[in-house]
Amino acid sequence: MKRFSLGKWALPVYSTIAFVYLLIPIAYTFVFSFNNTFKSNISWRGFTFDNWLHVCDQQGVCEAFGSSLVIGVISTVIATAMGTAIAIAIVRYRFKLRSIVNLLLFLPMATPEVVLGAGLASQFLSMGVDKGMTTIIIAHVMFCLSFVVVTVKARVASLDPALEEAGRDLYASPAQVFWKITFPLLLPGIMAAALLSFALSFDDFIITNFNAGPATTFPKYVYTAASKGVPAEANVIGSAVFLFAILLVVTVQVRGARKAKRLAAGN
Amino acid sequence: MAFAAFGHGGGGQQSSPTKSNAKVAFFLLLPGLAYLGLFFLTPLISLVITSLEAPDPTGDIGVYQYGFEVGNYWYAIQTFWPHIARSFAYAFIATIAALVISYPLAYFIGVRLRTRPLLQGLLLTLVIAPFFISFLLRTFAWRQIFSSDGVVVQFMHATGLLAQNQYIAGTDFMVIFGLTYNFIPFMTLPLFTTLERLDIRLLEASSDLYASPAITFRKVTLPITMPGIISGTLLTFIPIAGDFVNASPEFLGGPKTAMIGNVVQSSFLETQDYPTASALSVMLMTVILILVSVYVKKSGTEDLL
Repeated sequence: MKRFSLGKWALPVYSTIAFVYLLIPIAYTFVFSFNNTFKSNISWRGFTFDNWLHVCDQQGVCEAFGSSLVIGVISTVIATAMGTAIAIAIVRYRFKLRSIVNLLLFLPMATPEVVLGAGLASQFLSMGVDKGMTTIIIAHVMFCLSFVVVTVKARVASLDPALEEAGRDLYASPAQVFWKITFPLLLPGIMAAALLSFALSFDDFIITNFNAGPATTFPKYVYTAASKGVPAEANVIGSAVFLFAILLVVTVQVRGARKAKRLAAGN
Repeated sequence: MAFAAFGHGGGGQQSSPTKSNAKVAFFLLLPGLAYLGLFFLTPLISLVITSLEAPDPTGDIGVYQYGFEVGNYWYAIQTFWPHIARSFAYAFIATIAALVISYPLAYFIGVRLRTRPLLQGLLLTLVIAPFFISFLLRTFAWRQIFSSDGVVVQFMHATGLLAQNQYIAGTDFMVIFGLTYNFIPFMTLPLFTTLERLDIRLLEASSDLYASPAITFRKVTLPITMPGIISGTLLTFIPIAGDFVNASPEFLGGPKTAMIGNVVQSSFLETQDYPTASALSVMLMTVILILVSVYVKKSGTEDLL
């Protein structure tokens, strides 16, 4: 046993400092969403709820937010459906060219966003496709797909094939086995993948910027506004999204911990 | 989030594939893989083709014809070598910084808090919390915090930490600071997944054999957690090398901080110099592919996902 170890105190103190560092910009964004701004949101001019109460008064913020939501939902649905199918195939089936499939799924995650964005944009350019909402969605599905596969794959791997076998033994058709057994068991993984995919789509700027054309998303709005100073209303939306996401994650975690405790107690 | 899965997370309990119904597998894989072929692979090929294009004889801006102008690459390197060098230098320094900052943090959460799963989960959520606020908003927040007429810089001027004619915004330091900050979660999560499974008994054995904590760390902890270090490094280095938001003058950069991404962005969307933008992208992608293939050689393709 160690007598006195520096590590005992050093690590918690260090971690606290690290967390403060990680959270500073979030706190800044949140605080300045309450700034009583005049022309620009740079210096502190007093506390107000106005920005929160009249978010949409600022030209374009809510429209950009709205189109980000629409793009996020559509890309998530498409990417989650295709990604789940791939995850099932990878874990459950033997097929040739496995390593090539793995590589093809990994590469989009390893490719820098500028390359993904410029590549798609040059393809749209040579095909003469007009850029807009559709091209943004095409791009988002592409980079979300692999992340869905990774997330759902872990869940499929932990699924006991005996449950599906039992279903088949009881004369369920393949479709019944899938919808009554496989799908409900995979659902938590699929939901996690969908949330991740939505978060990635919602926050993407670089790839979107190459393929948006005249369409605007929330990140693109912030980027365009940055040269003149980001309006407080953008801070409001950013903070609201942050609070929503953090509450969601913490709720899921606390519930998971309670469930684990109950299981451990033998109920 | 799923980034944790990169750190060799899901590999362990995976059962080997059982069924060999090639037809079903084919139909499950087809839509997604066809999609990636169409909107991931073909665009890469399209980039290579564009990078070799020649200017249109009419001389119109933004119009090019098929060609085999290898000189585009030479031009891109000659004109933009400072940007290329800067990108990799920034990425190198920021990745090291992220590793140094993340390792103790990941150790604290993954090893010290092992007995308290709820706290562990909540702190992990805090690590990824920056992801929940928009990437651009959090970067812009740093710019405001370190702005030339902001409190931090005024304080440093007053106390003499910073010379009166010096500022932080727009410097190399500011850009590297922002890059480090923005990509720390990509480093911490893979480190956490390996440290979480680190067998404490090995450390105890080492200390029982009279190894000092420093030697135990160097000879036991570090080698065991190497997979996490490698995937974290890869996951941080790649997006940093291609980033252009942090280095752009509207955010943390200045006139002399532009990276490859900034050049690709402005060549593609502003000056419409598609061949140069594509040539730079292809070169960036090549470097990344080399890095990835070294990684794949070490750990195989099954661990990639």
